[in-house]
Amino acid sequence: MNILGLINELIGLPELASEHGSMVDHMLEMVHWLVAVLLIGWSIFFVYCLVRFRQKRNPKASHAGVKGHASTHVEVAVVAIEAILLLGFAFPLWAVRSAEFPTGPDVIKVKAVGEQFKWTMHYPGPDGTFGMTKPELISGDNPLGRDPEDPNGKDDFLYTELVLAKDRECIVTVSSKDVIHNLALHPMRMAQDAIPGSIADMWFKPIKTGRWETVCGQLCGAGHSGMVGYMEVKTQKDFDAWYKENTPSPSPEKSSADSSDEEKAKS
Amino acid sequence: MGSGTSTAESANEHDHDDHHHDLPFIKKYLFSTDHKIIGYQYGITALIFLFIGFYLMMVMRWSIASPEKPLPGILAAFLNDAWLNDEGRVTGDLYNMFGAMHGTIMVFLGIVPLAFGAFGNFVTPLQIGAPDMAFPRLNMASYWFYFLGGVTMFASFFIPSGAAEAGWTMYSPIATTAQLDEPNLWYTGQTFWLIGMILLISSSLLGAVNFITTIINLRCRGMTWMRLPFFVWAMLVTGFLLLLAFPPLEVAALMQLMDRLVGASFFIPTGLNFTGAGSVDAGLLDVAGGGSPLLYQHLFWFLAHPEVYVLILPAIAIVGEIIPANIRKPMWGYKSMVYAVMVLGFLAFIVWAHHMYLTGMGNVVSTFFQATTVIISIPSVILLTCLFISLWGGSIRFTVPMLWALAFLPMFGFGGLTGLPLAFNFIDLHLHDTYYVIGHFHYIVAPGTIFGLFAGIYHWFPKATGRMMNSKLGHMHFWPSLVAMNGIFLPMMIQGMSGFHRRWYDGGLNYEQIAGQVLFEKDSIFAKLLSNVPGIESGKTIEMIDLNHVMTFSVWILLIGQFPFIFNFIYSIFKGKKAESDNPWKATTIEWLAPNKPGHGNFLSEPIAYRGPYEYSVPGHEKDYSPQFERGPDGIILGEEDPMAESEGSE
Repeated sequence: MNILGLINELIGLPELASEHGSMVDHMLEMVHWLVAVLLIGWSIFFVYCLVRFRQKRNPKASHAGVKGHASTHVEVAVVAIEAILLLGFAFPLWAVRSAEFPTGPDVIKVKAVGEQFKWTMHYPGPDGTFGMTKPELISGDNPLGRDPEDPNGKDDFLYTELVLAKDRECIVTVSSKDVIHNLALHPMRMAQDAIPGSIADMWFKPIKTGRWETVCGQLCGAGHSGMVGYMEVKTQKDFDAWYKENTPSPSPEKSSADSSDEEKAKS
Repeated sequence: MGSGTSTAESANEHDHDDHHHDLPFIKKYLFSTDHKIIGYQYGITALIFLFIGFYLMMVMRWSIASPEKPLPGILAAFLNDAWLNDEGRVTGDLYNMFGAMHGTIMVFLGIVPLAFGAFGNFVTPLQIGAPDMAFPRLNMASYWFYFLGGVTMFASFFIPSGAAEAGWTMYSPIATTAQLDEPNLWYTGQTFWLIGMILLISSSLLGAVNFITTIINLRCRGMTWMRLPFFVWAMLVTGFLLLLAFPPLEVAALMQLMDRLVGASFFIPTGLNFTGAGSVDAGLLDVAGGGSPLLYQHLFWFLAHPEVYVLILPAIAIVGEIIPANIRKPMWGYKSMVYAVMVLGFLAFIVWAHHMYLTGMGNVVSTFFQATTVIISIPSVILLTCLFISLWGGSIRFTVPMLWALAFLPMFGFGGLTGLPLAFNFIDLHLHDTYYVIGHFHYIVAPGTIFGLFAGIYHWFPKATGRMMNSKLGHMHFWPSLVAMNGIFLPMMIQGMSGFHRRWYDGGLNYEQIAGQVLFEKDSIFAKLLSNVPGIESGKTIEMIDLNHVMTFSVWILLIGQFPFIFNFIYSIFKGKKAESDNPWKATTIEWLAPNKPGHGNFLSEPIAYRGPYEYSVPGHEKDYSPQFERGPDGIILGEEDPMAESEGSE
């Protein structure tokens, strides 16, 4: 067992399945070591004082008490360690998460839309571009309010689970239709609030295939604890097959019929 | 009765001029302007609310550990049967209501009023040698605003909609759209909550202004700033926190009230479309829109983070008074502590957005708030380190208040240190809103602050009542509480690391993977140990979800541990052992100069501060304590010519 994994090992973390996740775990481990050292140091000092300086053993107290500067040195050490954690790890790691989004055709894009009490995943289809959605178009058949007239949306499709490919970076755009939710993906060490009226992106790279639960991490109503979702990471081959299977086949007659219907309705 | 009335009493009845002593009962005990009576009023009301909050928590914990079992009669007896489902089990709605109100009641109606309202009111004027608060009527108004706020909150349980149910944070839009199916929106728990908050915040503002003025203006002769007891310093900083942090939430509450009642859209964005699963009809929400849910979060946390320090500082301050008295030596690093508490007070205002790390925060904002959050750990560590180091070289008396104060140190330390991982945005990706967070802040507030408050009750009880609390019962209160608190909150840290989230009424039943993670293998010694806990089958592998039983079992132990306290508290007021003097702990601060059960005006002679607040075991002095109020061989009144010295010189 690696000593730099001891605390995580002892307390237990869920399975890890993303590239940056190992850094989350590593940082958690480091901070826990700082916590442990301070806590154990304080505890030893504390227990020693209680025994050594109890009234029976030490009937006469010293007015001055501790005279040295040991505590100042401890303080300075704590400040130094915290500075290293901030400058060396926290700032740069968050900068990568929040600003350096991957680009290029290989990036999987998906919109995750929360509602009471489930998630709907919106994939852009082979063209890689999402069609428009409008809240006023939302209905039972059209849960996200997709605009049927947007040509970019013709090849879009919806799915109930978050499906991703191993070793491919992905950007999940999180939003909500009603109240605030949070899409927490513990095996990916990733989470993002779904705030209605705004969208927020998160990105990560799954490195392991498997199927896991996704958690709704913000109180969203009476059914909150049942808002369990699933995510699946497939191999590239399986992912491609699944993507193709779910992409609606282009049917020009149907769409032109749709639009002519609408024109009739308008006139 | 009539014939037995003593002459003194009947004389008093006729002595109408002496209005200090023959105030009618209502004016003396109900609408009193005396800071001590107001302190008792705050204290008793807050203790009652603490027990109400405790009860709500017991129902919640039952639901978490045994979601498939009906609520036992002893808990169900106090609540409306219609709230339970047909099988008598707790529903998600009921859990959310109790969860929201547990937080609200514990924070705003329990701990803050007990810490700041009760201890602050009772102790502060006595410690600075003042006859009362600067504005006695404002003080009375502060209590009655608090009382009205409490009644409003409590009454909301008894209206058809039930109390508020959107988490103690009341984020929009869930709070704004909750209970929208009620016919009269004024008459809903959510609306009552907002009105209650407006009253409570008004109460805090009145209190804060009063404390600040009192501490600045009413210090007795010789009480220079650096001779103030640490408790008073902490109260001053707390006063500023309340004064500056609470108005934004008052505004936010008013704005959310407008959103609910008159169709404003401060916090409601355009295009909300509900599924009909909650209390809102399916379809597009009929509001103007254009508002920002994030704005509410900023306003809320701008209050609620300083609020955390409002919860902590009084407890540190109480512990800081009790430790020197029971180690018979001065507090170590008094000046460091004073400066640390000021820095803490300032930084408390610029860390709030670390509660919002997952809202999609950009790099610059995140960098700022991570830095301030980590920096605020430094004054916190200084405060705690000074208290720890104070023990060195002392002569430690393990009195009951001292036990609580000592236990406060490691418990608060653990709570504070587990905040460190949460300070980092990157780690928060995994820990946000998990039980790790719940464990962290409960360690600070429950075995931290509440232990500090218990310490204070045992410590100042003789000053308030002239009687001591029973020490055996005190031990029977302390030890079960210490064990049970850890039994409740330590498993939370473990569950949180494994991905358990807060606010699951069924304790994770729907999440098979997360709940089923193995904690202890079947035949390990820990598994055997835990199989003794009721609810866990023996001889099974211990999974993460089984920890729920450990916590719920501990809650019952904690409840039983409070009975000795309740009995002790009431019994000792009337029948406790009389305090042997006005200064039973042989302490040094000025409240111990006042007679026990101080009358109106507090002191029999003018209190004067001749030295610093914690002069214990001064070399060359006869006694091992040299009170601030005793001139002794070397007392000096700072900041003015010493009249005694002058007259002595002229002689």
